[in-house]
Amino acid sequence: MNPLRRLGQLTLDALARLGRMLLFLLHLLPALPLALGRPRLIVQQLYSVGVLSLVIVLVSGGFVGLVLGLQGHNILSNFNATESLGVMVALSLVRELGPVVTALLFAGRAGSALTAEIGLMKATEQLSSMEMMAVDPIRRVIAPRFWAAFIAMPLLAALFSMVGIYGGYFIGVVVLGVDEAAYWSQLVRQVDFDEDTVNGIIKSLVFGFVAAWIALFEGFDARPTSEGVSRATTRTVVNTSLAVLGLDFLLTALMFGNS
Amino acid sequence: MDNSRALELAVGGFVAAGIVAVLVLALQMSNLTQVRVDDAYTLTAEFDNIGGLTVRSPVKLSGVTIGRVDAIAIDPKTFRAVASLRIDGRYRNLPQDTFASIYTAGLLGEQFIELAPGGEERFLADGDRIAMTQSAVVLEKIISQFLYDKAAE
Repeated sequence: MNPLRRLGQLTLDALARLGRMLLFLLHLLPALPLALGRPRLIVQQLYSVGVLSLVIVLVSGGFVGLVLGLQGHNILSNFNATESLGVMVALSLVRELGPVVTALLFAGRAGSALTAEIGLMKATEQLSSMEMMAVDPIRRVIAPRFWAAFIAMPLLAALFSMVGIYGGYFIGVVVLGVDEAAYWSQLVRQVDFDEDTVNGIIKSLVFGFVAAWIALFEGFDARPTSEGVSRATTRTVVNTSLAVLGLDFLLTALMFGNS
Repeated sequence: MDNSRALELAVGGFVAAGIVAVLVLALQMSNLTQVRVDDAYTLTAEFDNIGGLTVRSPVKLSGVTIGRVDAIAIDPKTFRAVASLRIDGRYRNLPQDTFASIYTAGLLGEQFIELAPGGEERFLADGDRIAMTQSAVVLEKIISQFLYDKAAE
């Protein structure tokens, strides 16, 4: 195939994938309220998507907080402003790093697992056999997983931020000797609920939506072979990461751009 | 059955921990609990120069935050800056000759409005204008003044 034709082919493939993705979402959306009628399925998925992601999210949150504390102390001590360490750590975490890093970890830990699971279900024809039994796989398999990811993301992001703030506290106050009262009081005074915390939660809801959408679509759309499933898993991680980082810029520009 | 019970417990614990984290972030780590009074009233104050004062800058009385800057505008006639201050309703007894000045917390810190109560018997009411104000200290102005004075010597 000559290069020009190949380029055209790739473009058309990408466009078709985008179209399928949107159609998939349109199929999924009406199934979402119906899936709420079977909370058991959502709880099961919350376990595999949320509880099993806890360890990686908490440990990463702790380390990110430690690093923020160290770097922040390093920079702020140049300005004799180490009292602002708490503000810096908390705002970085609540506004940006909490939602974003959690979403990236989530894509690697839970998104890839969702894609592989659904891709394999498709490869072993479990999805089509469900259809044969007049069970809608979107409603029975996809929708509960979507809810679980959507619910789990903001909770994980909040835990990440909280652990990170205590990590920064540990390095700043316990190890480097920043005044404890200054750390907390400056933090509480400067972190605004409407502006910072709520926007962080909105971000993580958006990221949860996108991460779940991409992971489930890639699994559903995977070629039903072992190679197809492995490719779909890779695409999930790559596309989710790109989407999250891109959306984060957009959301930040919308939320904090004009202040 | 035992297995599904453990799963329920794990999920319940996860959701509870997440909600606790959200609440801690909301209540402990942001200023939701501070100066969120329905009973606030508004004062305005005119300044020649507000320096780095922004909306949401604190308004302090003897160092205690009693309100926030709600809006900043320009008076179209005098071209002076008008700041509206939302003051906690618990402090309604500010005298009419209260003095408002803009200070900086530390050398590079945020700017805030400090109120100094006078001796008047009558109190400021909602919508009143604080008559006596002192503008922000602009560092460049002081430095240039200092340099001019030095040159004149």
